[in-house]
Amino acid sequence: MEKTKKQEQTTTHKIGIYLWIWGLLFVLSFFSYMVDWYQFQGMLRWSLILFFMFLKAGLIMAFFMHLYWERYALVNVLLWPMTAIACFIFLMVAEFEYTVFTRLFYFVAGG
Amino acid sequence: MSDIKIEGYEFKPGFKGMAKDTGSDQTMFKGVHWGKAMMWIFLLSDTFIFSCFLISYMKGRGSTLIDWPNPSEVFGLHVFGVDVPLLLIAIMTFVLITSSGTMALAVKYGYEKNKKMCGWLILATAIGGLTFVGMQAFEWGKLIHEGVRPWENPFGAPQFGSFFFMITGFHGTHVSIGVIFLFIYAYKTFAGHYDEGKRGWFTTMKGDYVEIEILGLYWHFVDLVWVFIFAFFYLW
Repeated sequence: MEKTKKQEQTTTHKIGIYLWIWGLLFVLSFFSYMVDWYQFQGMLRWSLILFFMFLKAGLIMAFFMHLYWERYALVNVLLWPMTAIACFIFLMVAEFEYTVFTRLFYFVAGG
Repeated sequence: MSDIKIEGYEFKPGFKGMAKDTGSDQTMFKGVHWGKAMMWIFLLSDTFIFSCFLISYMKGRGSTLIDWPNPSEVFGLHVFGVDVPLLLIAIMTFVLITSSGTMALAVKYGYEKNKKMCGWLILATAIGGLTFVGMQAFEWGKLIHEGVRPWENPFGAPQFGSFFFMITGFHGTHVSIGVIFLFIYAYKTFAGHYDEGKRGWFTTMKGDYVEIEILGLYWHFVDLVWVFIFAFFYLW
């Protein structure tokens, strides 16, 4: 019993880390809203959106969902399947570009 | 992670531990509550579902020749005589992040066996989630009133409506289910089920504060999905 109690104590973290992450998430969300507010366009807009998005997602997963403190086996089980999603995105980008091409070719240019 | 000490098994951190886990006998994640492992597996499958939605949205938006509606105007609000772009969505984002923060603290206080703080924070999370769903219902009502349908809308490409209702609807369903469970767990916390180890309704599993962490994982995931929806659907 004494041993389990000791074990559990190590699993909680100081309140400061949660408040910090919380504050950071607020600031990052504010920044991503500002991207729209100032109407940035083109590459700058997309890269800023992606940058803030991945930063927010990373903070939530690492600290709120405790992945940063998690055992490697679980982290790897969760993160490797994401490469399949990346592949799928890659395939579908090629697919929509081809669809746009055929639509322009047959509907606009007339075949 | 609330690792339970297992007789004759010592977990090593880092890649050594990973090798030990994946090559281990009978169960892979030794000492991890099965509910927590299964919640992670469920969240992984849910990630694929939401990815499929967002990827199909990317494909639909990318392949249409008609201009996509400008989300910053479509979701703008007219308050005090000025048009504020994306105002409601920004407030929804902040509400969801707030509720995620209270949930993270609830998990922390749960492991410290601080029943009162844990219960109140779960309740605060539930109210945040309820606010979010309420605002989403308002947003749906507004867009439906303006003539947005899954097959047509007055702003541009007709696919916009079907992707909007599908993606935000599926996310809203997740939030609603989460809110129901948050209320149930708030009750169970206040009633002391996790202190006494009282068994649940659907399971013979003994109540433990690890359940708060499992619920927390689900709730943070809902927030996580919103981060992606906010970026790709509303900002892009």
